Amino acid sequence: MSKDEAQDTQGMNYLVSLPRKVVVIYIPLLVFLFVLLFPFYWMVITAFKPDAELLSHSGNPFWLIDPTLAHFKKLLFDTAYPEWMWNTVVVSVVATFFSLFASVLAAYSIERLRFTGSRQVGLSIFLAYLVPPSILFIPLAFMVFKLGLYDTRWALILTYPTFLIPFCTWLLMGYFRSIPYELEECALIDGASRLQILTKIVLPLAVPGLISAGIFAFTLSWNEFIYALTFISSSENKTVPVGVITELVEGDVYHWGALMAGALLGSVPVAIMYSFFVEYYVAGMTGAVKE
Amino acid sequence: MRRLLENRNFLGLAFLLPAGVLLLLFLTYPLGLGVWLGFTDAKIGRSGSWVGLENYIYLFGDAVARLSLFNTIFYTTVASAIKFALGLWLAILLNQNIAFKSFTRAVVLLPFIVPTALSAIAFWWIYDAQFSVVSWTLMKMGWIDRYIDFLGEPWLARMSTIIANIWRGVPFVAICLLAGLQTIPPSLYEAASIDGAKPSQQFWYVTLPLLTPIIAVVMTFSVLFTFTDFQLIYVLTRGGPLNSTHLMATLSFQRAISGGSLGEGAALAISMIPFLLAAILFSYFGLQNRAWQQGGSDK
Repeated sequence: MSKDEAQDTQGMNYLVSLPRKVVVIYIPLLVFLFVLLFPFYWMVITAFKPDAELLSHSGNPFWLIDPTLAHFKKLLFDTAYPEWMWNTVVVSVVATFFSLFASVLAAYSIERLRFTGSRQVGLSIFLAYLVPPSILFIPLAFMVFKLGLYDTRWALILTYPTFLIPFCTWLLMGYFRSIPYELEECALIDGASRLQILTKIVLPLAVPGLISAGIFAFTLSWNEFIYALTFISSSENKTVPVGVITELVEGDVYHWGALMAGALLGSVPVAIMYSFFVEYYVAGMTGAVKE
Repeated sequence: MRRLLENRNFLGLAFLLPAGVLLLLFLTYPLGLGVWLGFTDAKIGRSGSWVGLENYIYLFGDAVARLSLFNTIFYTTVASAIKFALGLWLAILLNQNIAFKSFTRAVVLLPFIVPTALSAIAFWWIYDAQFSVVSWTLMKMGWIDRYIDFLGEPWLARMSTIIANIWRGVPFVAICLLAGLQTIPPSLYEAASIDGAKPSQQFWYVTLPLLTPIIAVVMTFSVLFTFTDFQLIYVLTRGGPLNSTHLMATLSFQRAISGGSLGEGAALAISMIPFLLAAILFSYFGLQNRAWQQGGSDK
């Protein structure tokens, strides 16, 4: 390795020789990447493969000879897919914004107003984050039915915040903690109200935290499955993950091409969103774990 | 009015209101309702009456429910252990001085951010009995002579679902542990190597002890998510073949929503709580241990 690499901050990595590095680091890393990415490659290939090629045993399945858009056409024009997409967008966006709003207030209140019992409330928010949807969906289904929300978007918009708010609040508490008290004290002396301090001082400084929480909340609600499966029954109200699983599988005939096209289109929005905000996403994920 | 607005307790409560009301209404109340439903014979569309421990006694005698408990524990243990090992390995690889570092890190996380239900479809197709690409490759290499029915036989199906779960979970573990690795100062490794520590010793005596608190948290989350997993199994096998992949979550869905016995399903779901609590407490006391260790006393 060259001398300038010896000066970088990577500690003693320069001591590792190149051939050794290839065997110990690059080869395992490539295997990891191959395994982690192969299902996506497979999804894409299958989505563009004509049925004849999909169901033939001859030929190389890893490549496609005659790409087709037939599966996408079927998906977009013969199924309720566009409606599922729209439902997913509406539910995710509304649930995310509502959760962010509630979480900002809650996190500020717990972290900075320090009312009596704020520590206990903070702890219970964390515990709420640990309650898995698999335990709640049955009683929630019971409630959704009683409230007359069954098979409406409201059932999802109202229940998604149960896992979004604890997560966002916990994350934002960490961000608010990093903002110096002195800024708020100055503003208080200048006669600002708590609400003004929150909107004019704390929030602008916590923008990275807000983005992290927002991105994370959006992907969590986009990916949600069990509530959407339980609370929604009619096709036009379904979300993408549930619609693809329940509506595109007809009896024993699996339309693999259309299924994969559906899976691909349903994954692309979150993947794009993620690719723009990778750093925020990672910060959100690791931040929530590290606290 | 102005005095009221300056009072911490009043203001704190007011700010807490939207989040608090929603969580109490849709989280705390359902949790209690779930416990109550577990003691009733409620069906869909009919609030049941109190039956005491009948549901739990029935489930205890039910071979399928017992099998689902075994499956859940097996699934969680095997998947979490492998996720931890592979995740730690991947984290260490990503922590090296490699080319395209941030790009690689971004790509690694893809399986975690894509909807699980949708990536599970890709696995379903990869595991297909007639057109599996894995079988095709193994056939071409001459290792097997007929297609493997990945999801058709109990143990094979268990392992196949576990592999899909590991695929989804490794990125989460790896990226979180990577964040932990990056907080370890390089000078510690330099000091260790001056003292003559071999790389394996550096790993055991520097990396691992400093990483323990993060490992405890990450693995708690991982165990919680795996134990209560639903999507993967629902998409891949719906609990089959012969109930061999039914987890407690999928079985409670089947009993409560498909079968209509809300009470029985709720009892099954509530039975998961002691296991989850045990996992949380285990990691909590693991963490406490660490703080004490860092105080300087030796083990």
